[in-house]
Amino acid sequence: MIELNLILIFMILAALVAVEIKDLLSSVVAVGAVGLGLSLAFLLLKAPDLAITQLVVEILCLIILIRATIKKDLPFSTSGRWLFNTISTLIFMAIFLFFAYFAIKDLPKMGEPLIKVSKFYLERGKDLTGATNLVSSVILDFRAYDTLGEATVLFTAVIGVLAVLRKVGKIH
Amino acid sequence: MNSLKPKNLNTLKPDKGMTLIVKTITRLTVGLILLYGIYIVLHGHISPGGGFAGGVIIALSFVHLMLAFGKDFALKKLNDVKASFWESLGAIMFLSIALLGFLGGYFFFNFIIKGRPFNLFSAGIIPLCNIAICLKVGAGLFAIFLALVVLYKIEK
Repeated sequence: MIELNLILIFMILAALVAVEIKDLLSSVVAVGAVGLGLSLAFLLLKAPDLAITQLVVEILCLIILIRATIKKDLPFSTSGRWLFNTISTLIFMAIFLFFAYFAIKDLPKMGEPLIKVSKFYLERGKDLTGATNLVSSVILDFRAYDTLGEATVLFTAVIGVLAVLRKVGKIH
Repeated sequence: MNSLKPKNLNTLKPDKGMTLIVKTITRLTVGLILLYGIYIVLHGHISPGGGFAGGVIIALSFVHLMLAFGKDFALKKLNDVKASFWESLGAIMFLSIALLGFLGGYFFFNFIIKGRPFNLFSAGIIPLCNIAICLKVGAGLFAIFLALVVLYKIEK
């Protein structure tokens, strides 16, 4: 698990760079580095489906971010309220750590989930659906309602983007 | 930043895309990217991958085409009207596969014969669902890309 921790540290550092750096293009590249680290982490945790999806979606998001934001002059908010911001951040971190101390103790160990139905999927999934990729058999057979909801969410998102950014029928 | 504002001379010049090197390499690789996306979709029930990842790869091949050759060339292949058509077709296909499950009993019933595992034609409705989701996701994400990058910029 040492390589997973190294990747997590790399992701945290890249996220800090993405927040703090002044140049917009460098910030977008740092966000891409976070996504690549997440994809590698999925691969190390033996989830190749998620790794493929994460990598591919990350590439598309990076292209959209670069093409849509990089040539525009975006205003930076460099206000001088760093003292208030730092104090409020520290307070919220303290509150989060206080409650997380109680919550994390009760979490199950990694690899031993509370929900016992996953064992049934692993044992009977191949016989019941005929699919050898168990992720496919879960998202498209056992839990197909969830996939229908996800498809509806994506459909609504596309309709919303096309409606907001349309050319026809817009009054200037 | 001044060169970006279309003034008088460069307004009518169409978007030509990138340099010759990028165009040549794109001509070689874009078909392979599309084929890899189709492979990931069709083998979604056998190996890692599936409709979502394959659909995004197919959308990325069109995005690749647009970045290299400019928006006019890519819009000839797949414009926003066609993209919304394919996306709606994917949604309707997914929903009708689910509704056809009532032939055997309930919503999302796997009514096609299962076949042998590790075969390409196996697992009943799962490959069909993968194809439907691939159409939906690929066309939908390409439509979002078009709206955010191309149409928005024309309007400015």
